[in-house]
Amino acid sequence: MRAVHFCNACGKVQPPVPVDYFTFFGFPRKLNLNTATLEKEFYALSRKLHPDVFGQADDQERTWSLEQSSRLNDAYRTLKDPVKRTEYLLKLEGVELEEQSKQATEKARATGELKKQVVPPDLLEEMFELNMQLEELRMQKKMGEDDPALIEEISQAKLALEEKHDALLHELKTQWNEWDKVVDASESNRIEIIRRQILDKMVDVLNRRNYIRNLVRDVSEVLEG
Amino acid sequence: MATDYIVGIDLGTTNSLVAYMQGDSPVVIPGEDGLNLVPSVVALDEKNQIIVGNAARKYLIETPERAVYSIKRLMGRGLEDVQDELKLFPFQLADDLQQGEVLRIKLGGRTYTPPEISAFVLRQLKRNAERFFGAPVTQAVITVPAYFNDAQRQATKDAGRIAGLNVLRLVNEPTAASLAYGLDKKKNGIVVVYDLGGGTFDISILKLHDGIFEVISTNGDTHLGGDDIDNLLIAIALDDIRGDLGLDLRSDSRHNSEAVARIRKAVIEAKIELSSQPSAKLDVDLPDGRKYQREITLEVFEQMIQPIIDRTVGPCKQALKDAGLKPEQIDEVVLVGGSTRIPKVRRLVEELFKRVPHTDLNPDEVVALGAAVQAHILGGGSEITQDMLLLDVTPLSLGIEVAGGVTDKIILRNSTVPASATQHYTTQVDGQTNVAIHVLQGERELARDCRSLARFDLKGVPPMPAGLPRIEVKFLIDANGILRVSAREQRSGQEAEIDVQPTYGLTDEQVENMLLESYDNAEEDFRQRQIIEARREAETILTALVKGKNNHAWRELTNEERRNVGTLEKALVATKDGDDYHAIRASIDALNEATMHLAELMMDTAVSTALKGKAMDDNDMQEGPQAGHPMAKADFE
Repeated sequence: MRAVHFCNACGKVQPPVPVDYFTFFGFPRKLNLNTATLEKEFYALSRKLHPDVFGQADDQERTWSLEQSSRLNDAYRTLKDPVKRTEYLLKLEGVELEEQSKQATEKARATGELKKQVVPPDLLEEMFELNMQLEELRMQKKMGEDDPALIEEISQAKLALEEKHDALLHELKTQWNEWDKVVDASESNRIEIIRRQILDKMVDVLNRRNYIRNLVRDVSEVLEG
Repeated sequence: MATDYIVGIDLGTTNSLVAYMQGDSPVVIPGEDGLNLVPSVVALDEKNQIIVGNAARKYLIETPERAVYSIKRLMGRGLEDVQDELKLFPFQLADDLQQGEVLRIKLGGRTYTPPEISAFVLRQLKRNAERFFGAPVTQAVITVPAYFNDAQRQATKDAGRIAGLNVLRLVNEPTAASLAYGLDKKKNGIVVVYDLGGGTFDISILKLHDGIFEVISTNGDTHLGGDDIDNLLIAIALDDIRGDLGLDLRSDSRHNSEAVARIRKAVIEAKIELSSQPSAKLDVDLPDGRKYQREITLEVFEQMIQPIIDRTVGPCKQALKDAGLKPEQIDEVVLVGGSTRIPKVRRLVEELFKRVPHTDLNPDEVVALGAAVQAHILGGGSEITQDMLLLDVTPLSLGIEVAGGVTDKIILRNSTVPASATQHYTTQVDGQTNVAIHVLQGERELARDCRSLARFDLKGVPPMPAGLPRIEVKFLIDANGILRVSAREQRSGQEAEIDVQPTYGLTDEQVENMLLESYDNAEEDFRQRQIIEARREAETILTALVKGKNNHAWRELTNEERRNVGTLEKALVATKDGDDYHAIRASIDALNEATMHLAELMMDTAVSTALKGKAMDDNDMQEGPQAGHPMAKADFE
């Protein structure tokens, strides 16, 4: 059931009800989401809730419209993006991704503090190699030198990382399928254990993906800098 | 009141316009001089009367210290971030300006803040509209550059209030333009709006879907426009004059400001000429009696402006990247702003987006027309606008300063507005009752590199041990792109009081005072002005009629037509000196209607004469095609 945003009888906007973003749109808490349907719903609700529609309404209705439409926009922004949607679901399920989040990373970069960085084990060896190469290139750039072979090698590594980044999104999507099955299944103790397992796997995929994304960013900075 | 007119205003760096929805199409309301564009120039005459628009332009040259232009560049900005502007523009800051205070600009012997100067322009537009409708105008939609930050938007809203306007909405200029374009097209697809105006540059990418205008991304530069081209040409001219003639006009700028103003006028004319001609000549009288003469070819001009127009490339690429689109996915490109008349700019846009841009609407007027459409929508709309809805975005990320001077971004740029974010705060020491929050806008990681918006002081937190209070602060960017903040202490449920100190801006109290100062007897003022202006109109049409009767077109009218005109002419002469505005107005309209045929015949004569290649005699020229029908509405494109 979709949350009630406006009166069905008179069409007037109602004060916002504190519901999660899935409920706001009347969607089940599933991760496979038809973005075309989402967009259609977003447009339909925008036509009813946007402040422009309430240009001549009283103050109370205008305030509610402002709150409702900001909520609508926040919900749409979160759900339309596959990664944000997954992160939002994890948060709803009580899982925090804080350490690997973009915010935490940027904070660490800006302050120069060491961030607790979990290197995915399967990447350890590659990372060691790449970090050495990056350090070398940085030094060379400082000296005004330029080694095309090294740049080529690093560019290749970057390409491989980008492929991994994409592959991890696919991996995440297979977890979505597992999750959605669980949502459809009836409640039982067994289900609860599977739920936790899927959530943990998604956290793991997202962490690895974020790690690679940050790495790609660092590599690009060195290559372009 | 639903019967009130809501106007759409384009408050531009160089020119401003006011428009409204006439039936199914938006039209620009001309000023008393019959012109659609009101130059955003404000002057203070010898009697300390404020003069706005075309009439103020002569002061720019004769008494530059009594005139201001391009004030939009200073809107919502602080002393430390206008230093570049001060080098390029003849703004004279008040001598007693304090650090942290809202800028004040000298005009004659007085000083005004940028919102007050903008308010003079808005007031003129308001008057033009009131004169046109014969009724007061109190509500408006005003456009702002899409890339304007919170302070610049707030300053624009303040200007509206000072001018006695209830600003129903601030609309982003490129988005407004897309509304004007989309009105009769109703197409679906991806549209890029490239808006290079007098002082600002915006790029917006929109998705049009069954009447919904959804902005996907926007970018820009609020200090890039035709002004920069003018300043470059002026600088080159001043170098030439020093090099070739040994005259340094920069040295004693106060004494030479008149000469510099002349040069400015000349280079602007040359710039405009170069949009249609292969070369243009500069010919300026210098203070020492000599002349500065130079010919600029299109080729040289294009080389000179290359670095300036290249500055639009970065924002365009960023907007595409943010939208996740490739140039091939763009369906249409729309050009807005006077500077897009420059052929080189058009070629650049064509290369960037691989599309021939649309130019069917007048780039000077399209933003005002779009604002009129939005005004109409906010007023309740009609059949033609019922499916139209604008979903705009915030151009800059909103952040708060956290430990270590770092910006924690809580609403990312290109988020659809209204947008919100909730943050939780607590106290650091026992019994602490205040919490300070520093709000920033920008993309940089460190707080000092972002734009400081305001410092919020949450007061009245119930005294509790450190870390126990849980204060929920809600940041909401409204549909105008302006931030609103509310806070609640969750344990006590108490609404926290918020003390806002805008970093660059007027407080509500200051705005109220400015409004009161400027708002003396507005109602009576309005009636008086209406009558005076109607009389003036009556004089114009009567004078024109006398001339019309000497034109041989007069003889082509039927006896009855001539008799009818004669009767209505007498009626107007009789009513025009009375105090009944409606009677004067009715007489003007009646005579106007009756002389329409005469005006058309005169126009035909003038055109056919011109086509024959014959020089028109004096009589034909005087009230010929340029003036058109004395009372006819200006020609809307």
